[in-house]
Amino acid sequence: MTTSRWLAASVLTASGLVAASASAEDLTLCWAAWDPANALVELSKDFEAQSGHTMNFEFVPWPNFADRMLNELNSGGKLCDLLIGDSQWIGGGAENGHYLKLNDFFAAEGISMDDFAPATVYAYSTWPKGEPNYYALPAMGDANGWFYRKDWFEDPAIQAAYKEATGMDLGVPETQEQLMQIAQFFQGREIDGQTRYGASIFTERGSEGITMGATGALYTWGFKYENAPGSYDMEGAVNSADAVEALEFYKELYQTATPPGYTDSYMEQSLDAFKSGQVAMAMNWFAFFPGLYADPNVGGDKIGFFVNPPQKVAASTLGGQGISVVAYSDKQDAALEYIKWFAQPDVQQKWWDLGGYSCHLDVLNAPGFKESAPFAPDFLQAMDAVQDFWQEPAYAELLLAMQKRLHDYIVADQGTAQEALDKLIEDWTEVFEDEGKI
Amino acid sequence: MSAWSITEPTPRQKWVAGILVVLYALVTIVPLIWIVATGFKSPADAISYPPKVLFEPTLEGYVNLFTTRTRQTQEYLDANPPETWYEEIVRQYDMVIAGPSRYGERFVNSIIIGFGSTFLSVFLGTLAAYAFSRFKVPLKDDLLFFILSTRMMPPIAVAIPIFLMFRTLGLSDTHLGMILLYTAVNISLAVWLLKGFMDEIPREYEEAALIDGYTRFQAFRKVVLPQAVTGIVATAIFCLIFSWNEYAFAVLLTSGTAQTAPPFIPTIIGVGGQDWPAVAAGATLFLLPVLVFTVFLRKHLLRGITFGAVRK
Amino acid sequence: MTDSPMTRAARATPPRVARRIRGLSDRAIAWIFVAPTIFLLLAVNIFPLIWTIRLSFTNFKANRNRPIEWIGTRNYERILTDSDIWLTMQATAHFLFWTIFFQVLIGFTLAWLINRKFRGNDLWTTIIVLPMMLSPAVVGNFWTFLYQPQIGLFNYVVSFFTGADPSSFQMIGDVNLAPWAIVIVDTWMWTPFVMLICLAGLRSIPDYIYEAAEIDRASNWRQFWTITIPMVLPFLMLAILFRGIENFKMFDLVVQLTGGGPGSVTELTSINLKREAFEKWRTGYASAYAIILFVTVFGLASIYVKALNKVKER
Repeated sequence: MTTSRWLAASVLTASGLVAASASAEDLTLCWAAWDPANALVELSKDFEAQSGHTMNFEFVPWPNFADRMLNELNSGGKLCDLLIGDSQWIGGGAENGHYLKLNDFFAAEGISMDDFAPATVYAYSTWPKGEPNYYALPAMGDANGWFYRKDWFEDPAIQAAYKEATGMDLGVPETQEQLMQIAQFFQGREIDGQTRYGASIFTERGSEGITMGATGALYTWGFKYENAPGSYDMEGAVNSADAVEALEFYKELYQTATPPGYTDSYMEQSLDAFKSGQVAMAMNWFAFFPGLYADPNVGGDKIGFFVNPPQKVAASTLGGQGISVVAYSDKQDAALEYIKWFAQPDVQQKWWDLGGYSCHLDVLNAPGFKESAPFAPDFLQAMDAVQDFWQEPAYAELLLAMQKRLHDYIVADQGTAQEALDKLIEDWTEVFEDEGKI
Repeated sequence: MSAWSITEPTPRQKWVAGILVVLYALVTIVPLIWIVATGFKSPADAISYPPKVLFEPTLEGYVNLFTTRTRQTQEYLDANPPETWYEEIVRQYDMVIAGPSRYGERFVNSIIIGFGSTFLSVFLGTLAAYAFSRFKVPLKDDLLFFILSTRMMPPIAVAIPIFLMFRTLGLSDTHLGMILLYTAVNISLAVWLLKGFMDEIPREYEEAALIDGYTRFQAFRKVVLPQAVTGIVATAIFCLIFSWNEYAFAVLLTSGTAQTAPPFIPTIIGVGGQDWPAVAAGATLFLLPVLVFTVFLRKHLLRGITFGAVRK
Repeated sequence: MTDSPMTRAARATPPRVARRIRGLSDRAIAWIFVAPTIFLLLAVNIFPLIWTIRLSFTNFKANRNRPIEWIGTRNYERILTDSDIWLTMQATAHFLFWTIFFQVLIGFTLAWLINRKFRGNDLWTTIIVLPMMLSPAVVGNFWTFLYQPQIGLFNYVVSFFTGADPSSFQMIGDVNLAPWAIVIVDTWMWTPFVMLICLAGLRSIPDYIYEAAEIDRASNWRQFWTITIPMVLPFLMLAILFRGIENFKMFDLVVQLTGGGPGSVTELTSINLKREAFEKWRTGYASAYAIILFVTVFGLASIYVKALNKVKER
């Protein structure tokens, strides 16, 4: 893809676009500071060359991302022209007028949401959920997945020891319970003269970590937020017997199969634990998988990937984001121009090639997609069964309540799973009452 | 126990006291030394166990502090050999420098907001302190207490209405907003400290000047101000240190354009994992000016930290 | 500093205006000098305070566009009956009590030792004072590194002296240790504050009082308890007042160290308030919370200051 081809294409497509390009703008795109963000910087160089606009980036580390960006939106700030905001923000972004509604723009520019994977459109773009009101373009598909030390799993001595300990063959876990069994097997085991541990999982308190981790177990036990969608009737769903069992499972996994000191651990810590060779398995977002695969120490042949194992049902916790235009920006035209550019199939293909997770069907359905990376088939499989947290405008309150209840129970070891979930329903009920939804 | 006297310590007592104090000082300084040392470690040395006291110093932390880096393909790396010493450091990890980091901007923000608010609060504080010191101001004690009581609110509580106010006025995440806010916070300190300094300047000087035909304003300018210079400078440094160190308001009311260094430094991360040498390097550069100022301020320290309540 | 802000401002003033100011009465000058400060404080402190009081009776949420409803004292009732908030109050009380306890103990001892006037005490005093001048957020963030169970210096030093495995205890991650982890760092930072004030107190005692006591053949211990302690007490109480107010407001250091965790065991009131106000955006509720905190500090401080004045009078 050369610049000249791009120039020709853009001249052909829209004269309005050329007029907008006439005044070069300084655009700022806000996102989280992580591997895909670096890829986006690389990708955006094409846009700069083609449009004449300059792209600036404000990347905030995940633990502070929601806090700082929501604060920015709520204060009506003009820092960001474009925001790749988390999926759960869409309700608030839409209802509070932080995000521009993109329907007219999509219609005018011929961008069709049918070209994007339906799960991602539903999760990243629409509000109210599933209605054809679009506040973002799916930018980065993501789900929580797992990776493991393939070299250890394939080591005959370790395989033999596992067989002896459990009577089973060591392999990629097919259920959550197998995952725990394997993790417990590795916990405290000496490999190559070093003590290793089972798995690193999310336990972070401050933002969303422990919720994202624990829901990975909850969803596979069939956890539901409501008895019927949209009813806000949570009694018996949130605290069902299955949910209690799943939460107890996650606590046991934390207590018996994770390295010491990982009491407040999220993406970075999970990566650290794996890259430093402390753990046999780790959970993290697919977004990191390209970087992990390229890691000189634990990547390549040494690493394998798998989808969040099912228990009663197959399910993965949804991550990922859509890209939105901030309503307070003075440079909305240029920002829309960026989205228009970004939505093009060949840009989307390059996005995937550089390490971003495109949601465009042309990319995902391309014949070579599954072979293009070892985790590509897993990604498709995971995205088929993703579930997301509440996307309500009050999402922050709902999330903080869950963070507190889960961390109090799992890490601080207070109360029972049943109590934690019962209290969670109380918290959530209060929020929805405040919202006037119950 | 009978041989010692409270007023006249014996040489042996001095020795014992000296050794204990020095021991405490050494222990208390270790975390600071560790910050400086970690800034010069390689990431691997920084997280090695047992902690390394001796290590080969490197500027990696500082390079990482001031740059953003991305991974690149082997072909690209082979085709573009590093040109500078800092690029060479980055290349060890098969990465290239993508651009400057935000640290420089945040540091400059700290300077602008720190000096701006210090100038304003000392300027206004000097005027108010002079008036409180020399004139009968109605409700003087109440006003002085009111000024002080504004410091009793937790910053988070103050920040709630300030946030709304800034949003309405368009002051969110602006230098001006932060300067005004820090001025308002600092002014109580400035007034109290400067009033103490002014009280110590004998009134006789001014009165003599007034008799010589100076107006009150001239007397203030030509007699009192020169005498108060030490106090003003000390006050200014205290205000500067407060603005420099402040975190709660900064984290709540700024997001980028006017963000200062304290909320930024803890968010410095490397590629995959917290980059402790870079954090330490950032902390070192940020803490250094305060360390220097503290040594300067030694004599007035007590007065500054107690709002002039204890003068020594 | 011949070029002080005032002289510069005076030079910038046009002659005629300047002449007019010169001619002003003392009273007018007093008002002109005090007015900007009072105005600024009214605008940035009092007006917002009144606004906060108003908001505390509403269900306002700063992140939403929806009509504001007056809900009377409901926010106050909810806060005062919420058991979780009492837990954060307990965490704050634990933090307050123990930091002040250790800081007074160590600070006074250090001051006493420094007052033995050994050679070089000035230099060492300056070194001891350094931590308290630094940015709590930046330093607190770095302490999380020192507290790392596997690689941190703190755990290493403790294990060196006790023989315990350095990864066997987690200062920040353990429910029982985390409240002490924040006490340790705050004590490290602020002991010098108490020390400096105590030192000033010790130095304020004139030698002749002791000399008179010696003539009366009072023992050293007696002198210490009847002269030193009472004379230093007002200073000590002042130090406690400052530390009490500061630590009641505590946010930056602890938020960087533990973020309130694990669970909520180190969630001090300021951290809790921040979550309510700027993460959940329950602005009305948080305003009521802020008012409760303000009244608490103000009330406690007023009672304390009265006690302090009584001690001073003695």
